[in-house]
Amino acid sequence: MQKKMNKDIYTKPLFKNNPITVLVLGICSSLAVTVQLKGALVMALSVTLVTAFSSLIISLMRNSIPNRVRIIVQLVVVAMFVILIDQVLKAFSYDTSKMLSVYIGLIITNCIIMGRIEAFALGNRPWPSFVDGAFNGLGYGLVLAIVAFFRELLGSGTLFGFQIIPQTWYIENGGWYSNNGLMILPPMALILLGCVVWVQRSIDKEIEE
Amino acid sequence: MNTNSNKYTIIYTTILVVVVAAVLAIVASVLKPRQTANIELEQMKTIMLAANIGEVDGQPDKTADYKALYEKHITRAYVIDQNGKQLEGVDAFHIDLKTQFNAIKNGGDVTLPVYECALDDGSMVTIFPCYGTGLWGAIWGYISVKEDCTTINGAVFAHASETPGLGGEIAQPWFYNQFDNKVLEVNGQFASVKIVKGGAGSDLNGVDAISGATITSTALQKTIAQWMDYYKGSLELAKAIITLSEGLSNSENAEKDE
Repeated sequence: MQKKMNKDIYTKPLFKNNPITVLVLGICSSLAVTVQLKGALVMALSVTLVTAFSSLIISLMRNSIPNRVRIIVQLVVVAMFVILIDQVLKAFSYDTSKMLSVYIGLIITNCIIMGRIEAFALGNRPWPSFVDGAFNGLGYGLVLAIVAFFRELLGSGTLFGFQIIPQTWYIENGGWYSNNGLMILPPMALILLGCVVWVQRSIDKEIEE
Repeated sequence: MNTNSNKYTIIYTTILVVVVAAVLAIVASVLKPRQTANIELEQMKTIMLAANIGEVDGQPDKTADYKALYEKHITRAYVIDQNGKQLEGVDAFHIDLKTQFNAIKNGGDVTLPVYECALDDGSMVTIFPCYGTGLWGAIWGYISVKEDCTTINGAVFAHASETPGLGGEIAQPWFYNQFDNKVLEVNGQFASVKIVKGGAGSDLNGVDAISGATITSTALQKTIAQWMDYYKGSLELAKAIITLSEGLSNSENAEKDE
């Protein structure tokens, strides 16, 4: 029984119970930070760290938290981790912090974190809570990476800032190719996200309502 | 223990908040020096890029040490007031451009930074900042002017929250590199840069606007004009001195010829 539960914690958030495509949580930031792959991965890592560690801390505190103020207590813990990440990025990765601007601070409003704390960490032991938080963050990151891959490749012709589409293909250089400006804009992220959901549901019919 | 009693709740939340505040305060004060250094490095990079230093094919050089470049090339930094008078003992580098922008808007006293920069070919350029409001938030930048005080050597712009792909393009090399070699003069009179919708064509002081970002383009043009208004006095003065000294040396040469 114990073993079965643990395996579910690892695999479910990545596919069957993915926070973005199945639970439809954390959509807002996945539209905003997926213009470039690097930004998306830093965002995914930040969200993973915040969900994992706030789940861990809340799970450790779960028997002592006064029930009437539990949401406030959760918010204080989550906010602390978000500010820590923001400060560390500003000190050690200034360019990324500039690129993600307000979205790091807005991690606190990401429904995945509060959702996992309420649904899992409050009723489970610290270690499973930590793993659950971490893998939900990774499930979020996986979708972000897929969307950002297509947006950066088709919108800017680059991946991680390196030119992938050969310069000679471009119309300016006498070729036939042009970057798709729509890819840069948030609506395209929503359409791509829709495609991801579509592909996932056609692979696994069980997820369909 | 009754975890739902008022006393417990109050004590619990108080302890929690104090602990969290302490952790954040410690981390913030430990990381502060690094964060300040990053912000200063960013400013040095922007100033260097405005003088076209540390660029490879018009793009920022990712491997360049902009702090070293800044220390090597900037020979002097000073501030001027609203009358164009140089002020002594003010740290130009740490002047808050936003405060100055508000003073400009309200017509108050200003202290505006000026940087003098020596290029690799031995010529000097003067670098001016500008700061204003775009569509969603602040926009700012630096413009460097060549020794003749009329030709732009280079420019660079940045923004807080313009739309990526539209107004945000002002921070892209293709846009700010257009300013290179533009002339701040029309018919012998000082004129700021024009950002022209539909393409500047052969206009000597015009650059192409960004399609789909009319408000940001217009705001940038206004910002540059606003700040140039304060700097043009010193530029015209310097130009007059150049013309005068050229005239003097010409007449000296003429005398020698006789």
